[in-house]
Parts: sequence; structure tokens; C-alpha cells
Amino acid sequence: MRRTFFAASAAAFLVACLLSGAASRPAFAQTLRIGLREDPDILDPALSGSYVGRIVFAGMCDKLFDYDSKLNLVPQLATGYEYKDPTHLILHLRPGVRFQDGEKLDAAAVKYTLMRDLTLPGSLRKGEINAISAIDVIDPLTVALVLKSPDSPLLSQLADRAGIIVAPEAAKKAGTKFGLHPVCAGPFSFVRRVPEQEIELARFPGYWDAQAIHFNRVVYEPIVNSAVRLANLQAGALDLVEYIAPTDVPAVRKDPKLRLVMDNALGYQGITFNTGHGPMAKSPIGESADLRRAFALAIDRKAVIQVVYNGLFQPIAQAVPPASPFYVPAIQPPPRDIAAAKKLVAASGFKPPIPVTMIVPNSPDLLQAAQVIQAMVQPAGFDLKIQAMEFASSLAAGRAGDFQAYMILWSGRADADGNIYSFLHTGYGFNYGGFSDPVVDRLLDQARLTTNIAKRRAIYGQLWVEEQKKMPILYLWALANIVGMKKTLTGFQQVPDGIIRLQGLEMAKSGGGD
Amino acid sequence: MRGYLGSRLAQVLPTLFLVSIIVFGLQQLMPGDPALTIAGESAGDPQLVAQIRNELMLNRPIPVQYLHWLGDLLHGNLGYSWRLQEPVAALVAQKLPVTAQLAVMAFFFAVIIGVPMGILSAVKRNTAWDWLANGIGLFGLSIPTFWLGIVMILVVSVWLGWLPPSGYVPLAQNWVRSLATTVMPAFVLGNAIAAILMRHTRSAMLVALGQDYVRTARAKGLPERVVVLRHALRNALIPVVTLGGLQLGTLLSGAVLTEQVFSVPGFGKLVVDAVFNRDYPVIQGVVLVTALLYVVLNLLTDLLYLLINPRMRQG
Repeated sequence: MRRTFFAASAAAFLVACLLSGAASRPAFAQTLRIGLREDPDILDPALSGSYVGRIVFAGMCDKLFDYDSKLNLVPQLATGYEYKDPTHLILHLRPGVRFQDGEKLDAAAVKYTLMRDLTLPGSLRKGEINAISAIDVIDPLTVALVLKSPDSPLLSQLADRAGIIVAPEAAKKAGTKFGLHPVCAGPFSFVRRVPEQEIELARFPGYWDAQAIHFNRVVYEPIVNSAVRLANLQAGALDLVEYIAPTDVPAVRKDPKLRLVMDNALGYQGITFNTGHGPMAKSPIGESADLRRAFALAIDRKAVIQVVYNGLFQPIAQAVPPASPFYVPAIQPPPRDIAAAKKLVAASGFKPPIPVTMIVPNSPDLLQAAQVIQAMVQPAGFDLKIQAMEFASSLAAGRAGDFQAYMILWSGRADADGNIYSFLHTGYGFNYGGFSDPVVDRLLDQARLTTNIAKRRAIYGQLWVEEQKKMPILYLWALANIVGMKKTLTGFQQVPDGIIRLQGLEMAKSGGGD
Repeated sequence: MRGYLGSRLAQVLPTLFLVSIIVFGLQQLMPGDPALTIAGESAGDPQLVAQIRNELMLNRPIPVQYLHWLGDLLHGNLGYSWRLQEPVAALVAQKLPVTAQLAVMAFFFAVIIGVPMGILSAVKRNTAWDWLANGIGLFGLSIPTFWLGIVMILVVSVWLGWLPPSGYVPLAQNWVRSLATTVMPAFVLGNAIAAILMRHTRSAMLVALGQDYVRTARAKGLPERVVVLRHALRNALIPVVTLGGLQLGTLLSGAVLTEQVFSVPGFGKLVVDAVFNRDYPVIQGVVLVTALLYVVLNLLTDLLYLLINPRMRQG
């Protein structure tokens, strides 16, 4: 009798699950479910430092400018800009825009937000826009930014988190807790967040571009494990996954219900050598540029990418990916040449085997790539030891100069300056290896002061030639944005920054489980 | 009895105090800089990193940091998450019911699988039933939970489409979807514990079945079912209850791997994310609450002894 009861209960539960659609279908109509690779940090544009946070902001908060798929700057909350002179940037704002709490978006709101970015304790935006010395409200729809000196990357910052305009009254009231309930002028309003579970947004009816929005609700779900993210997409519990691991790409391609959209990203993978940061720089590879170049010549980037990443990334020899207008096509990675590498080792004056210890953040793919590199550099005379380290620890070691070589990834910025300046300029924060070279510094500063893209690209061309002589960073490959989604989801526009824009996204009626 | 309870309760505060010192000390030994992880993609700005370090009091001596935290704690404030800016108490309150639900369900699976299998294995010693039960036990002990989790997701969710692959819905929101999201992780968790319970139940039952009182019960002509379940099992359960209590404590402290695989937003996931992000207030808060749960569960286990075994009440 009891056994029958248990069996009946279990069967009833299973039927209830299936009938309620618990297995695959969310409960509400017109909901878009997006899988994120990790849980974002605080949702305050001034305080947020995570990459996935930018994806959630794209749903809630419009910026002054945005990028299109070709990385052209396009209007969003600003309709245009002009330089009155190299230190006076005039922004023209879109009329009739309101924040999600009903407040009007005008020049005063822009001034408030930029001042907040510059002054809020703990603001991560301060360094991005500190070229601004004053903000003048010309009229309700015009703002003038007075710059300390010409700053070509500033516009790109205004197309990222520093360009998000927040509702002044809500921000003043909440202070540093604004991120718990952000209010902006984007297509969806913040509803709730359960950390590590989901972030829920609801359609904002007063959005200025409302006709481009076709969902009532968006839910972002952080799922760290890439296989589980994929399983959720395959099972229909997610509509879109912002990043599919390269090893999962064949599974998505095979699934008739799914679609894969893939393009070059802005980030890159590289190896930073410690050339001048503390006692760890006193190593053969830190002291000899010949050895670093030999190390680079011994690596077959294409083979590593093929083995570890299914051939989906692109080999590079510069910090700028092919997707960028700043990419210099003439700078290509050299083919693997062990004989040339051995000659350079001999010329360095150091006797092989040359010991090199490389810190590698302990993600399985990076460790596998490091192992392939280890095998590749061995015939050239390098004894490469891999030091696997948890990411936060590796970051601290990098910052302290406690490494000889550090295999580190950069998520990338639309403006090349964000990928280069702080990494190669003397004394700057991401220059973990303590590299210092007056020619490189001069070229970097020159590029920063030049607003013309073609001229800047030419300067970067010279920079890469210098960089390859000294090789403080060995650039390996440009990353790719690999987005998986239901075939029934249409209107997706891929932009190299990897941010998921919700404008234009629509679910075909046949796929209408949502 | 009252004295015993009093002395056990008096041990709670010193235990928690000691735990707080150990946790605070251990997390200082962790490599990595919380200011760098909070700065995230802006970590290249040294001024900013210094400012964050200053705001979080990370440049103060460790005893000062500890006393500051302890002072807040004595005022009922577990602090704020550095990463999310949310009160730690709110995070704990949010995650505890999730973990508790998962733990209770996992424990349910463990008991309904482990205890009957242990009894069967002991009663049918050296038969095919015994070998089968031992085989299942060995499988449960040796199979990694993350592997079993991923295989179950693949089979049950992707191929069969019966249950959601991951996530969590609170019981109060929709009980069917809540059970649907937790049944697989609970089974995976319970499976490992079932194996342990089975092994212990089996050995305890084998000892009990060889005792004089069991022989006497059989001689009195009692049915075998009554001999096994009323006489042998009751005595055999004491070590099993101890073990069960400890295992439940472990479950309540969060099942790190299972919660990660199934994206269940419980204690385990919270503490792992906090460790990776060097979110010290969250680590401290979660560990302290976990220690408290352990102490309470231990106490309850001891009280359960008294209920099961009347002889202990006189001790």
C-alpha cells in the first residue's frame, strides 16, 4: 500500500513537472532568458568592474554613444558630438528621453553623472574620464566637456560604462547603494536581483526607442560551468548564451534547434614577461630580448589554437584584434622557426636549457594551452615550468612583479588605447612586467593625442615594430565572441565588444515557448 | 539532563569565538588582494586600488580589522559584501533556505536509499542482495558528484527533457518548479551520503544481529521482520544517527560542487564566489553561520541519542 503511494507520488510529481513546463519553459510569456558566464558585481555603472556587468547594463542603461558591428561610434543618448577645439568636446543630447523613474534626461543629468563618476568614493570610472577638467551645461540639450589635454580615447569611454547616464534623484538618494536598485534610461527597468541566481528586468514603456524592444521581461542567469550553460540552452531553459566555450561549438552546430553567431572579439591572450619589476626580473628571459623573441619564434600559435580552441581564435602579434579599425595588417605573427629561435638563444649568451617559470590562471583551457607551449619551446632550448594559480592570486602576483612570465588575458576595449597604453607605458598600472622604453612611451603618448584613426593606426604600426624588438608582451591570439541562441531568436547584432544588445531581438512565434 | 543541556549550550559562544578568529586569520593567509579583484578591469589604476584598500581598511593592522568586524557583529551586523554591497545577513538569509531545502531533500534520499540497503545487506549477508547493495554503495562512494551531476543533466534534462537542467525556484513561489529544480542536485548529493549510511548501517546491523537479545527475540518466536526492525535496528541506529547528524551538518554548510554544477544559489555557491572574489565579509559571515549550524546539529544529535537509547538518559 505504502509502496503504491510512493510510486504514485513520484509519477504525479513527474507529470506535474512536465505539465507545468518546469523542464524547459519559463512560466511567463515574452521573457528572454540569457545565460551569463559569471555573476556580475554591483550594478552601479560607477562602481562596476566586471565584464558580464556590462552585458546587464546594456539591458538597463543606455550610454551617450554606442558601437555598431563595425565598431563605428553611433548615437545613443547623445545624437552627436563636435570638437570646438582639441580640448573642448561638445555633446548634443537626444530630446524627450526620460529615466525609468520618470525623471527627464538633460544636460544637468549628464553633468551630474560624469561628476559622480569622477567623485564617488571607489568609482572605477574616474581613471577613464579624468581628462575632463570641467563640465559646462550650455543648454538643456548641450553639454561641453573641457579637457585638460587632447584625449582621443575619451569618446570610446563615453560609449562604455562611463557614458551611462543615471537618474540623478535616484542616485543621490541611494549613494553608494545605487547598484542595489539602479535607475537609468535603458530599454528595461531593474526589477530584482538574487545574487548568483538571476537578475530580472522589466520592459520600460517610456523608453525612447521602444519600437526596437520585443520582450516584456529579461532574465540574466549566471551559470559558471560552460557545459551546464550549454545544457540549459539545449534544453530550452535559456534563449541565448553570451559565451559558448570553443570546445562546445560542435555540439551547438549539431543541434538543429540552435544557432551559433561568432566573430572576432576585442580581447587577446598574451604572455607578459617581467623585464623590470623587482627581483624576479633578474632572470634570463627577463634580461634578454633575444630570448623572448626566441621564445616567440618557437610557438606555433595556429597549432595551439587548433588543439585547444578548435581553431576558433585568430593568431596575432599585436594587442589589437583584426576586428578593430586600429589593427595593422602588416604586423603578422611569424611562423614557427626553431632554427632561428636556437640562433637567438645562442646569441643571448645564456646557456640552454633556459629556465622559465610561467604563471597560468588555472582554467582548464589555459593550462592546456600552456602545456602545448611548454612542449613547443623545449626544442628551442627552454625549460618552461607552469605555475598554475587561482586567478585572484595570479593577479596579485602579477601586480607585485612576482613572476617571470604570466599568461594573462585582456577582455579588450573598442579603442586601441584601452588595449595598449596602460600595458606598455612606463609606470602604468597594467604594465605588470615593469617594461620601460622611451620610444614606446613617446609613440603611445603621440597616439593618444591624435584623433584621426588612420594616423593613429600608422603610429601603432611603428609601435608594434618596436614592441617586437623588445617583446615585453608576447601576443598570442585574438579572442572570439561565440554566442549561442535558439534558432527562433532573430535580430541579433553581434558587436566585437561582445555585449548583448537587446534592441531588435525578437522571438519568432513558432519558437514561442517563452 | 538540564545540567547537560546547560553545559553544552555554554560551549556554543566560545566555540563560535574561536571559529571567528581562525577564519579571520586563515583568510589573511590567502594569496591575492581584495582591492585588485574589486577593481576588476580597472585594476590598472594604482591610485584607485590604493583608495579601495583604504576604504576597506585593508591597510590597517589585522587585529584592528578583526576587532572592527567583531564590534559590528556584537551589534548584530555581519557587514556588507564588498562585491555586491548587500548586507551579509541578507545574503545568508537568502541562501540558507535554499541550502536547507537541498540538504533536507538530499538527506531524505540518503536515508531512504542508504538505511534500507544497509539493513538488506546485513540481513541477507553473503548473498546476491548483499553484493548488489555493496556494489551500489561502492558506486555511490566512488562516483564524483560533479560527473554524476553533468551526466544527469545530459540524460534527464537534455535528452529526456523531464527536469530543468539547473537553477532554483523558491518553494513559496512555485512548489512544483521548486522540487523540479532541486530533485536532481538533491539526488546527486544524497547518493554519496546514502553509500556512507549504507556501509555504517550494514556493519552496525551485523553487530546487533549477533547479540544475545536478538537470539532471545527469535527464540521467543517473534517474526523476523519484528526482530530486525524493532530489536536490532533500534540499537544499530545509534552510530548511524551520529553519522547522519554530521552529514546533515556538512550538507547545510553548502554542497560546493553540486551547487556549482546545478547553479543552485545556496551557501556553497555563495562561499565559493566569495573566496574567488576575496569578499572577506561574506566568507566570515557564512563560515560563522555554518559553525553555528554545526554546533546546533551536534547538540540535536546528542539529544536524539537520549531518545533512542533510554540507558543514556541516566548517565
